[in-house]
Amino acid sequence: MIDGASVGADAAIAVVAAVAAIDPTLVLQAGWLSDGPLFGLPLTELWYALLFFILGTFLFLDGFDFGVGVLFATRSTASDREQLLASIGPFWDGNEVWLVVFGGALFAAFPEVYATLFSRHYLLMFAILGALIARGLAPEMYEQRHDDAWQRWWGRAFVVGSVTAPLFLGVFAANWLLGATALVSIPSVVVGLALVALSTTGGAAFLGLKTRGRVQRETTVYGPRALLAYLALVVLAVGFLLATRPALRSDLLSPAVLGLLGASVALGGAYVAAMRRESYVGALAATAGLTYGLVALIATVLYPVIDPVTGLTVADAIVSTIPLNLMSIGAALLLPLVFTYFVVLYSAFWGPVEEGDGYAGE
Amino acid sequence: MIEPALASRLQFALTTIVHIIFPVMSMGLAPFLIYFTWKDIRTGKPVYEQLRRFWTKIFAVSFVVGTVTGIVLEFEFGTNFAAFSTAAGELFGGPLAVEGMMAFMLEATFLGVFVFGRERVSDALYMVSAVAVGLGTWLSAVWILIANSWMQTPRGYELVVEDGQTLISLVDPIAAYANPRFPWMFVHMQNAAVLSVALFMAGVAAYHLFRHYHWEYPVEHPEFWETTLKIAVVVLLLTAPFQVVHGDAYARHVAETQPQKFAAMEAVWETDSYVPEYIFAVPTDLDDLLNPRAKEIFGLGVPGGASWLVSGGDPTAEITGLNEFDTQPPPVAIVFWSFRIMVALGFWFVLLAFWAGYRWWRGQLLEDDLLHKSLMASSLLGILAVEVGWIVTEVGRQPWVIQGVMKTRDGVSPGLTGFEATLTLVGFGVVYLGLLSLYTYVVARIVRAGPPAVDESTADSAPNGASQQPSTPSGGNDD
Ligand code: HDD
Ligand code: HEM
Ligand code: HEM
Repeated sequence: MIDGASVGADAAIAVVAAVAAIDPTLVLQAGWLSDGPLFGLPLTELWYALLFFILGTFLFLDGFDFGVGVLFATRSTASDREQLLASIGPFWDGNEVWLVVFGGALFAAFPEVYATLFSRHYLLMFAILGALIARGLAPEMYEQRHDDAWQRWWGRAFVVGSVTAPLFLGVFAANWLLGATALVSIPSVVVGLALVALSTTGGAAFLGLKTRGRVQRETTVYGPRALLAYLALVVLAVGFLLATRPALRSDLLSPAVLGLLGASVALGGAYVAAMRRESYVGALAATAGLTYGLVALIATVLYPVIDPVTGLTVADAIVSTIPLNLMSIGAALLLPLVFTYFVVLYSAFWGPVEEGDGYAGE
Repeated sequence: MIEPALASRLQFALTTIVHIIFPVMSMGLAPFLIYFTWKDIRTGKPVYEQLRRFWTKIFAVSFVVGTVTGIVLEFEFGTNFAAFSTAAGELFGGPLAVEGMMAFMLEATFLGVFVFGRERVSDALYMVSAVAVGLGTWLSAVWILIANSWMQTPRGYELVVEDGQTLISLVDPIAAYANPRFPWMFVHMQNAAVLSVALFMAGVAAYHLFRHYHWEYPVEHPEFWETTLKIAVVVLLLTAPFQVVHGDAYARHVAETQPQKFAAMEAVWETDSYVPEYIFAVPTDLDDLLNPRAKEIFGLGVPGGASWLVSGGDPTAEITGLNEFDTQPPPVAIVFWSFRIMVALGFWFVLLAFWAGYRWWRGQLLEDDLLHKSLMASSLLGILAVEVGWIVTEVGRQPWVIQGVMKTRDGVSPGLTGFEATLTLVGFGVVYLGLLSLYTYVVARIVRAGPPAVDESTADSAPNGASQQPSTPSGGNDD
């Protein structure tokens, strides 16, 4: 960040950090909190939307980290690999916190859904956690030693974690949507693979931004291919469901869903065009649109039910008024701050990784 | 197959016992890193840059392992304790969600700047990022301890029955979140973290100094290690006595709010006055040696000690015995011994701090071999004290998951099978053993490699170029 601009930003951050330390519950009196939703807002629906927004943000942001991990498999020289790791180094942890926030928000707003959904998909949840452990540890460990065998194994762990994390997350999302109780099914695996493809799409665009020259050329070519695979897999999943689940037909053929599918195709076109023009910010934005589109599709098909297995609706599952109001105030105060942190982080590390930027930052 | 309730408890115990190591490291290191960064920026002395860079490496590794093990915990409430999460979600989910948005976000984003950004951002933004990371680690303790302390001293709730399910409904958020246990727990925990890191620093420094001066193995930068040792001793002198004094008062608060737990800590079965404080105890029946519910113990104790502790000075005070409670007692031996280990370690740390302080005062800090060996041997004992302290807190609370409100066995996920629970328990056993070995290995490598070489000619961009690194072993900490 350039010095002049950063002075103002520094002051803003100091204020932000101070505000973050204030405990909102101390400022409140419980009386007016229990009278009904704050300002008569439709808080139940807002939280439902917010929840999927958080999920989408996680899938988009951590998605391009996963994608870099997938593309890591195509790199064979030490310096190429180093560049890929350096490109996500400062970012992945912050990106992954969106998953923690998703878990927390689900727990806080719809505790029964958090409990039944997570315990029902018990082994799948731990598979996701295992993948995230491998993916999170690998880059840090990779840099700890510089011999071949060590780096080869941690490189593999990085790739395997980066492929399986979105795969299992997709399976989870599909199981949730379809009310499946089995560990895996054909449509859920298709959705899982679609998420791997979507992550790779984002990863290629991100590497377009963060690398130069040969590495950039060789990794960005995978973007449009992954995009094509993604669109094909989504069509396959929808087609499969239309054929096998007559009950879902009216939901899937609703104007909202058809609109979202159409928008995805249009965004796909925008992505390819942006990659051609080497406008990688545009390509990333298109990926974000695709990701939010996918999440919106899931949310639309589910609504108003939030857990098809128990038939629980959004209105049944929402917490009672006081915690709901408190959480809404908390989120309204904190989420804007969180966005400022991301702006600071991404602007501090804007532009391609520099020569000699190792993963360890030393 | 292990029964799902037991397997879930064992798994939760294993995963938290491993997780807490890393937060202790990062919360304890946070104030040190803020100080090192501040001094580095202000004075430009190479030793502060070395201190900052060296301990940042250990912080970064701890943070990554803390993250991957923490996410597991956040999911485990849902996977393994679904009935608990459904019933208590109104009170319990909020703090976890706020922790994510308020603390983890702050920490994880600014950590990127802090670890990777020294060359890229201004000094001011770099300093802000150090403070933000440190603040983030401490804020996460605030929220997670609010959740835990509420389970120990629940308030501000109402039980409502909805469709045959009993739900714990939040009625008074201030009473619930500012519950009586929270300030005790927060102060004891945060001081424990700083104390544990000071012990670790002192041990690492003593190791290098001992090699250098005693074995005459040429260690680079002995003055770096001397500065480290002195900073650690100062912090030890502040935190170790405080922990003991605070713990003493804390025990009284526990006796008031959770008498059953206190009785287990002291292994008091029959209500009695003039209760001794056992220093050492064995069951009178050999068959009971391995039985955590052993009743008869024979021990050596300070007469009236436990009564004295519970009342704050009256050796004849009465303690309610475990037999008086309707519920089954917690596994007494585990709680009793864990408490003893924590207290013994607490006194040992005080001794160590005064010993090192005395040597320093006499100008002999580098000459006492026994002191250096003791510091090395104690480098991980702070973390051990934290573990046993948590075992007292959590095992002592049994059979309740929420004291007096909900039993642990009623909190377990209803659909969970013994097969699933055992499978993941074994999986975690294997993966976490690997994780711990890996972490130990990596930290040991960083420690052995020592501080990074810094370029002294570029390091003094500081005011008036003051930056001569003292080369004599006695001049490290000169301000
Ligand atoms: C460096 C670590 C350390 C040291 C030296 C001590 N403690 Fe401690 N203790 C902890 C670290 C700790 C802890 C791990 O941080 C706990 C667990 C939960 C908590 O609040 O702090 C704890 C819990 C804990 C509890 C249980 C509270 C509960 O059930 O909620 C009591 C009564 C004490 N401590 C008392 C003491 C006394 C009397 C000590 C010394 C004479 C002492 N502690 C030294
Ligand atoms: C990180 C430090 C912690 C350690 C080392 C720790 C340790 C333990 C142990 C050993 C148990 C098993 C007790 C038994 O079943 O006999 C347990 C259970 C449990 N703990 Fe903790 N704990 C920690 C922090 C927390 C926090 C912060 C929370 C809540 C926010 C929490 C919530 C629980 C719950 C829900 C259980 C399961 C139910 C039970 O067995 O009572 N723990 N913990
Ligand atoms: C048993 C309940 C607990 C849960 C559910 C839990 C949850 C988590 C989660 C999800 C993370 C990862 C955050 C990220 O992605 O950056 C994390 C990290 C962390 N946790 Fe815990 N935690 C628990 C116990 C504790 C306790 C008792 C403390 C300290 C008082 C603590 C302090 C921290 C800190 C400081 C971090 C940041 C990572 C690090 O520095 O190691 N946690 N925890």
